[in-house]
Amino acid sequence: MLNEIFRNIFRFITLVLVQVLIIKNVELGRFINPFVYILFIIILPFETPKWAVLLMAFVLGITIDMFYDTLGLHAAACVFIAYVRPGILKLFSPRDGYESGTQPTIQYLGVPWFLSYAGILVIMHHLILFYMEIFRFSEFFSTFLRVIISAGFTLILIVVIQYLFNRQKEEE
Amino acid sequence: MRSLLLFIWKHYFFFVFLLLESLCIYLVVQNNYYQRASFINSSNRLSANVLETATDIRQYFYLKDENENLSKENAELRSRLLESKLVSINDQHTVNDTTLHQKYTYTSAKVVSNTTNRRNNYLTLNKGSNQGITKDMAVITNTGIVGRVKDVSENFCTVMSMLHSQIIVSAKVKKDGSFGPLTWDGGDYEYVTLSDIPTHVRLVKGDTVVTSPYSRDFPENIRIGTVDTWERKSRENFYTVRVKLLTDFKKLTYVYIVNNQMRKEQQELEQKSETDKE
Repeated sequence: MLNEIFRNIFRFITLVLVQVLIIKNVELGRFINPFVYILFIIILPFETPKWAVLLMAFVLGITIDMFYDTLGLHAAACVFIAYVRPGILKLFSPRDGYESGTQPTIQYLGVPWFLSYAGILVIMHHLILFYMEIFRFSEFFSTFLRVIISAGFTLILIVVIQYLFNRQKEEE
Repeated sequence: MRSLLLFIWKHYFFFVFLLLESLCIYLVVQNNYYQRASFINSSNRLSANVLETATDIRQYFYLKDENENLSKENAELRSRLLESKLVSINDQHTVNDTTLHQKYTYTSAKVVSNTTNRRNNYLTLNKGSNQGITKDMAVITNTGIVGRVKDVSENFCTVMSMLHSQIIVSAKVKKDGSFGPLTWDGGDYEYVTLSDIPTHVRLVKGDTVVTSPYSRDFPENIRIGTVDTWERKSRENFYTVRVKLLTDFKKLTYVYIVNNQMRKEQQELEQKSETDKE
């Protein structure tokens, strides 16, 4: 249990640093803004209390906001996906429920399951983030394009990061 | 009341979500209206420290360029040393103590702030009276002149940039030594104006313009720029020359402040002669 908490704290710090030090500085054009830090919320263990997920998402979002100078924006998007996460998990649950002690990762549940589960959360996060950033509907379609393309990139990066972490675990 | 509490307890998840989400939205809206007033932004200590460390690391990647510049400059300085040695050997017949004295000393300084888009542009450097900087010292870089010190505080000084309406530097065309005042007309930040060049001088585009020996503050032969175009205004016997500056004023980072140690002596002597005339 304690081990799990430390692993998550480590993951939190690593993902924030990767986001603000590397991805923030890589400019791939106007439409591609991946946000991989939400991987932290996506792969929190199943048993994590729901309110704890909300609070952690809030802290994560505020931390990212500090670096992006967008107070509240990322926090709002993160809190929202933390709120819908239990529902999505229920929607995709196997017939006999999730095994205890597992995490919603590729390692435990396979690529198709993870892609559909994470895909929904990523798209929701990006929708809220980009539309709240614009704060008007006049650029509806260009913003929508940004959401879709960025979400695609975020998903690819999330899957790549998952494989990197998994390989490490196998070596251990 | 009790049933209400029970209801909230039953749906606590939704209410926690509502609370946090409305806090976020409040922050977003407040931030949109009072961006400056909010205190959680990138200038606070935690994120500023992280970002500063990242910038420090990034600077390592530019070390190669920086080294190249420094070695170039070293080579140039070394050649100047050699020159000065030759001069003192040539002059050994004349008994002149000053040949062995250091006339100019250089202080390296970092540009803290800089503008190029105003009519009167100033730079701020991180050296001041504590480092021996006084008013009217010349400021140069390895590519050319920058300006003249205007005001000095304990650890900083402001510099009237070459891009200022009131700066005048005595300059000459290197190949034949004809000189005139150099000013800035306020247009393009890459060009300055050299006036009073006699019409018999055969100018060629690309001729080097350097500081003249008549300047009290600037050492002689500091490069300024190259001749771009010239024109003769009607009923004048002089050319007005447009000079392209060698220094890119938008990219200034490190400069040298030049201290002419004989400036005071020269100035006092000249003043004496002036008053004698009257």
